Order: sequence, then structure tokens, then C-alpha cells
Amino acid sequence: MMRTTTLNKLDFVIVREQDVVPFRNKVKEEAVKIGMGILNQTKLITAASELVRNLLKYGGGGTVEIESVTNGRENGILLRFSDKGPGIKDIDLAMKDGYSTGKSLGLGLPGTKRLVNEFDIKSAEGEGTTVTIIKWKNG
Amino acid sequence: MERIPILKMGDFLLVTIQVDLYDQLAENLESDLVNAVKKNNSKGVLIDISSVSIIDSFMGRILGNIGIMSRIMGAQSVIVGMQPAVAMTLVELGLTLTGVSTALNVEKGMELLRSKILLSEGQSYYDENNNTE
Repeated sequence: MMRTTTLNKLDFVIVREQDVVPFRNKVKEEAVKIGMGILNQTKLITAASELVRNLLKYGGGGTVEIESVTNGRENGILLRFSDKGPGIKDIDLAMKDGYSTGKSLGLGLPGTKRLVNEFDIKSAEGEGTTVTIIKWKNG
Repeated sequence: MERIPILKMGDFLLVTIQVDLYDQLAENLESDLVNAVKKNNSKGVLIDISSVSIIDSFMGRILGNIGIMSRIMGAQSVIVGMQPAVAMTLVELGLTLTGVSTALNVEKGMELLRSKILLSEGQSYYDENNNTE
């Protein structure tokens, strides 16, 4: 993951499905604040929506850190999704298009990676999963 | 519980999604629509998503399901008014909404729905004629 400087940070707790819409609105608000265009906003919020569903479905809820960051040249939004769920056994497999342990289409993780500029996933079995993404303003 | 209204107009059902969907709302819409098709003997379903600003893989799947379920029930369905940014995001996500008919706006969607219904009725008329021979 690229080195970035945090400009602004807030935590959002996700425990139930009803938290998803306010969370998406908050992400949109932060993206608008740094002047992100509508297409990149849509990609970021869609990616956030996929990951927050995973957080609820597989991680049993958790927290999301929403940060506006800069790499010196460009500003962007960083989202860090952390849960204390069962973790992912085989990350390489989970990142494959069409693979799912649930009943979904298996587009979530690989699809999300395509929508953002930086994507990092760390998971330990029995300890939980942390996914970090960055979308640059003009990325 | 919050629900998305389904309007009946002749042989058609109209749905305008004005809010951003969360999962339960989308699932309710799916089952409500299929039940409404049965209850009203509808021939077509038109879903306007012009105010929907994001569609992720779950909602995309629900839209696909609605298309398939209506077809199994004998009704045609068309989704209209997708925002350009949503379409570009869906393709990048890997969701191509195969099996779902789409149109640019409500007017074109209605046209498409009518022609699809004519086509399917023409088909069954042809089948009936074949059976009597």
C-alpha cells in the first residue's frame, strides 16, 4: 500500500444492514468534499457497498475508517474495513472472479479491486479481516 | 416496513425506484413484484432506475432475478433510465445484467415492452394454430 498522509479521519461503526445507507452517504459526502467527479464517486461508493456487505455477512459487522488522504500530488479517499470475523482461509482464491463461499456471484472482492486505485487485504483465520482501499480524486 | 410502490397501469406494472436501495428493500421489491404480476395478470413490468445512484453486485443480481422471474411468470420486463456512471461502474465490476432488457428512458422502455408483448403473443397465436392442424 502506498504511503499517504491523513488529512481528516472518522470512524463509522457497522452493526446492521440499516447502517449501510447512512455509511454510503457519508462516503459520498467526503468524496464531494475533496471534489471527486461523479464517475469516481460512483465507483468508490459501489466498492464501499460491496465491502460493507462482506463486513456484515462474513465478519458479523465491524468498523470502517473514512479518511481523506494525500500522496503529495493528489487527494483521495481511503476506506479501511475491519472485522473480527472468522477471516479468509485462502485470499488468492477469494480474489478470483466467480468464487464465492456464500450464494453471491463472487464478483465482490475482484470487482471491487477493479473499481479502486489501491486495494489491500489482510486476513488471519480466527482473527478477522482488514480491507483497505484508496480512490484518488482523478484516479 | 419500508416498501417501494408498484403502480398498475392497464396490463403493465410500473416501478420507480426513488431511493437508494438497501438489501432488504430490494428483496421486498423482488417478491412484491412477482406477486403483483400474478395478482394483476400483468403482461409487462417497467422499472425506472433513473434516480438510483449506485448499483452493486447484490442489487444487480436482484434486477436480473426480477427479469428472469417475470419471464417465467409470462410477463416481459424492461429496466429504464440507468445513469451513465452507474452503467460504467457495473461493467467494471463485472456485472453485465445478461438477460435483462434495458432502454434509455421510460418512453423507449414502453415501446420496447409493447413490441416484446406483441412478439410473444404472436408466438403463442402461431403455436395454437400449429396445434389445430
